Parts: sequence; structure tokens; C-alpha cells
Amino acid sequence: MARLSMVDAINTTLHELMAKDDRIVIMGEDVGVDGGVFRATVGLLDKFGPDRVIDTPLAESGIVGAAIGMAVYGMRPIAEIQFEGFMFKAFDQVYSHASRLRRRSQGLYGVPLVIRAPYGAGVRALEHHSDAPEALFCHLPGMKVVIPSTPAEAKGLLTASVEDPDPVVFLEPKRLYRLFKEEVPEGEYRIPLGEARMVKEGKDITLVTYGGMVSVCERAAQHVAGEGVDAEIVDLRTVWPFDIAAITKSVTKTGRLIIVHEAPRSFGVGAEIAALVAERCLLSLLAPIKRVTGFDVVPPLARLEEYNYPDSDRVVRAIHDTMQF
Amino acid sequence: MKEESNKDLIQVMDPDGRIVDKSALKAIKESDMLEMYRLMNFTRLWNSKALSLQRQGRMGTLASVRGQEASNVGMGLALGPEDWFCPSFREYGAMFARGIRPEELYRYWGGDERGARPLEGSRVMPVCITVGSHLLHAAGIAWGAKIRGERIAVMSSSGDGSTSQGDFHEALNFAGVFKLPVVFAIQNNHWAISVPVEKQTASETLAEKACAYGIRGARVDGNDIIAVYSTVKKLLDVARSDYRPALVELVTYRMDDHTTADDASRYRTKEMLAPWQGKDPIDRLRKYLSAEHGWDDQKEKGLIEELTAEVEQCVKEYEGAPHPPPEQIFEHTYAELPWHLREEREELLQQVGDAEK
Repeated sequence: MARLSMVDAINTTLHELMAKDDRIVIMGEDVGVDGGVFRATVGLLDKFGPDRVIDTPLAESGIVGAAIGMAVYGMRPIAEIQFEGFMFKAFDQVYSHASRLRRRSQGLYGVPLVIRAPYGAGVRALEHHSDAPEALFCHLPGMKVVIPSTPAEAKGLLTASVEDPDPVVFLEPKRLYRLFKEEVPEGEYRIPLGEARMVKEGKDITLVTYGGMVSVCERAAQHVAGEGVDAEIVDLRTVWPFDIAAITKSVTKTGRLIIVHEAPRSFGVGAEIAALVAERCLLSLLAPIKRVTGFDVVPPLARLEEYNYPDSDRVVRAIHDTMQF
Repeated sequence: MKEESNKDLIQVMDPDGRIVDKSALKAIKESDMLEMYRLMNFTRLWNSKALSLQRQGRMGTLASVRGQEASNVGMGLALGPEDWFCPSFREYGAMFARGIRPEELYRYWGGDERGARPLEGSRVMPVCITVGSHLLHAAGIAWGAKIRGERIAVMSSSGDGSTSQGDFHEALNFAGVFKLPVVFAIQNNHWAISVPVEKQTASETLAEKACAYGIRGARVDGNDIIAVYSTVKKLLDVARSDYRPALVELVTYRMDDHTTADDASRYRTKEMLAPWQGKDPIDRLRKYLSAEHGWDDQKEKGLIEELTAEVEQCVKEYEGAPHPPPEQIFEHTYAELPWHLREEREELLQQVGDAEK
């Protein structure tokens, strides 16, 4: 096993997947010669040529719309949107076609398409470069949304996403791209979509989270461990359709739930989890459900970013409130 | 109304059925023309029947294709056997030409989504309602075929309104940059619901837009089926063999309301419609067949009777098909139903079961 950063794990995975399956095509802005603005696609053009690693014109709807056509034809396109905030030029193609062509053709044509995009805040970036729009995609019947939390997770989840028969929005927390390295399994490695990861078992309180917030929750859990609170952390990995069984099992055990995500709170993934837990295991709850999330604001620029991006202090505070209820 | 432009208009047969360009006829057999004539008539009868069923509450909202039968059928028949076709929602004739079953289209417009499933192996995409978005799918399919080395062409069809969309620009631009084997057919029927084509663009013609993308553009009399068929066929052949994409404008006219939910008298006068009354695509081919191929009243009567019976059979099959079961709404949302949809399906079945008790 090699120790890799997340962006290197993604690059390695793309190399391995493309070598194995000649239906895979990578397309996007600056993905070829430049190797991607985060270097996620470095070396692919040299290895697989311009037919399969395509520098497209600057047109997000074009990238996703053409990728849908390729997928219908029988290819396995991986479309890169350079930043999550540019995704909305392509939103109509995702909303009207990628998510529903299987239904619209009554099962004749599927859209095995992965849309990769750097995601989220925490890197002091420009406007439209720090968004967390996952809930918008979760709301579309037919879509799957995946957000990895570590380099090895990125490999396993990207592999499963590319192999999935349905369209997947694969959001890569850009703060994690080079934040840390870990051992990443070599060769074929897949993590089934729809299965959560038990990051840390605990008996007192459940933290349900994903992406860049997993390590934030780990720090918070370490902190409260010193105070005698044993927190359990569930990493959703597949944000939708998420692993409801893992959530209810944990909440039934601990009786307390905090959902942590960087995306805006209202109508977010946390709201859906809270509703489902209320429907399924309300009587196991010993305290109200809490959400630690980004506020319902336009993602702020660098100088105020830290006030919106949840940190471990905010999670610790929420754990205290919940434990003391 | 702006005067109709005749700029660069390709025509083989004038509105009186007289041949103005004999060279185009060489590649077309009498049997081809009879097939065109049969399919145009079938499309018109199928369409009239659908409108009449709609008025009786036996069909949903649908878009009439009357007046555009030559554009429809001509482009559909021009496709090669392995080519792909990406229609919008006013291409019944082209879809029939590709083997789409007419009773299935009734079923779709009648509100049963199972009718949306294109015939296996037809290489036809489902009807596309969101205007212009499917031009990118045509580009993508063509791209896939090019990468895989399959020598085929892909054709999309959309209306004049679609040329205002961003996806039109992106699709033609991608096709030009990557030299994709795709032909974008535009049925310029002069209206996007109530907005006339001169309010969609300041370009004199739609075909000339091709120039900006470095692809071929052609402008055809869309009510002249011989011109439509032979021009589109040539463009498809070149797309297939030389990877040269094209934009083809088929100049036609929407003779009815936009859909059965529309009332064109709110924005279109009789005077606007009048010049097109004499350009009917079916009349035109009939005049030619009568003059040159011995078509007569008896043959006409026989054909119309035969096609009317076919349409009646379609109606029978459409109306005789069982109602879709309620749980059908969950099918094909994903390849495999996830937990939440399995639960929702149970909930619906429970509710339906209780209601039936």
C-alpha cells in the first residue's frame, strides 16, 4: 500500500480504472494538458490519449449534456466540473436528463455517468469556489450523491461510482485534497454505495457526518472523550440514498443525535436525517436532535469563512448542549 | 410579418409538384416516393385522430404536426439503418420512419409512460420536451461512436425556438471542435408557441448560424419531401464518412395550434397562415405522383382507406391496453430501487389496497 493524499488517490484510481475499462472517457475543462486545476487528472492524457482524456470548450452544460449522450451510447464518461459552483450551468442536464433518462426511456437507456467536482469551503477561495450544493442533487429522483472523507475512501467510492449503472455526483472536499495522506489499498478497491462507515464506535451520542466534516467530528470526539463522553461517528459516504439502517441503529443505541455538514442548514441533508430519525426512533431519543451546519448564507470569502465553516469547537458545544439536556 | 426569405433555399419540387431540380431525383426510386407518400399520409391521419381523441377526452395534450409531414418523414427516412435519432416532440413521422410503433406514441401522449420506451434497437431517444437540451445528447452519442470507431451518424431534430437556447450553441460548438458525425435538423415552423421566428433571431436564416461554428449549413424547403430527404441524406452520409457535422434548416410551417392546450388565434392571423395553405407537403407530392407516376383517385382512395384502418387499429390497441398499475411510477427511477423508494412503493400499495377494500 502507498501513502497518498486524496487528490493522488483520485488520480491513481482514474489511471487504474481507465486502464481496465476502455469505455471510460474523462472530459472537462483543463483536464488534459494541464492535468486539472487540482492535478487530479495528471498523466492521463499521456497515457490514454486525447480521445479518452478530453479538454473541452468552456461549457458546463455541454460537458454534462454530451457526457449523457456518450453514456447512452455505451461509454462510461467521467465529467469533471472544475468547481462545484460552476455546476449550475449543467444543472438542467442533470435535472432533466441524467437523473431521469432511465425513467424517460422506461429502462431502455441508463446514464452511467460520474460528475466529479471539487467541493466545499475551507481553502480561502474565490466566490463560487466554496459551495456545498449536495442537497440540491439529493433532491433529484434518480441521482446518487457521494462525498468521500479520506484518500482510501475516495478510491473505493470513486470505483463504485464509475461502475454504478446510474448517474453519480461525486463531490471531492477540496480542503482534504492535500490535507493528509493515508495508506490506500493497491489494485481494485471498491466501497459499495449506500453503506455508511463506522468511523468510531461510542455509546453516548451519535455524530452523523460526511466529507470534510468527518475529521472535524473526530477532533470533537477526542475532546469530549476527555470529559467522559463517548461519541460515535457515522460517515455517510453515500450522501444519498444514505444508509438509514446505520443511522437508526446508532441513534437507537446512543439516544442522541447531532448531524454535522458544511452545507446550509435549511432543507439540507441534516433536515432529512432528522425527519427520518423522528419518524423511526423518536422514542429512543433522550435529547432533541441538533444540527451543526453552515448557516443559510452565501458562502463568505476568506476573512469570514471560519465563522460559517463548522469547526470542532462548534461540534463540541453542540455535544455539551445535547448531553446536558 | 417579415417577408419569407428564399436565401439559399434548396428545392426539388415546387408547390405545384413540378420538378425544379431533376438531378436530385436520380437517387430516388419510385418505391421510395410511394413510401414517403404513404408515411406522410399515415402521419397526418394519426395526428388528426389524436387531435380528435383529445377533444373527446380520450387523449392527453399533444403537439400537432400538421403541415410538417415532409420535414418529419423526409428526415426520418434519410437516416441510415445504424444511425441514431434524437427527436423533440413534433417528429411523429420521423419516429414512425425509425420503427417507433404508432400505438406506443398514442400511449405516451395518452398519459401512460410505458409508451415512452423506444423500440429496442431503434436507436431512437425518447421524446424531449425541454427545448434544445437534447442536441447535446446527439453530439455525445456521435462522439461515443467516433471514439469507438463505429461509422454512423446521429441526427437531432428541434424547432426554431431551440436555436435561441444555450445548449444549441454548446452542441454545435462541440460538434465543430471535435468534428462529430452529427446533423442538427431544425424544423423552422416559424413559431415557438406565440413567438415568431423573427423574434428568436436577427439572423436572416437559421442555416447561416452554422458558419460561426465552422460546420456546414443547409437550408431546405421543408415542405418538399424530396429536397428534405435528399439533402439530409447527403449531410448524414458526409457526417458518417468524413466526420463533418452540419446544421440543416427545414423551412416549414406549423398549421395548427402549438398544442391542444394552445389557441393560435390569440397571436396569429388568417392572413399569416394563408401563404402556407397552398404549400401543403402532401398535396405537393401527390401532384407530382399524379403527373409523373400514374397516381390516381382510385389509388388515393385505396391508400387512405388502408391507412385509416391502420390508425383505427392503433387506437384499438392504445385504448385496449390495460391501465398502468399504480406502482409503475417507481419503475426505472434507478437500475435498482433503493430503500426509500421500496418503502414509498409499499406505502402507495397499502393506500391503494385500503381504498379498494
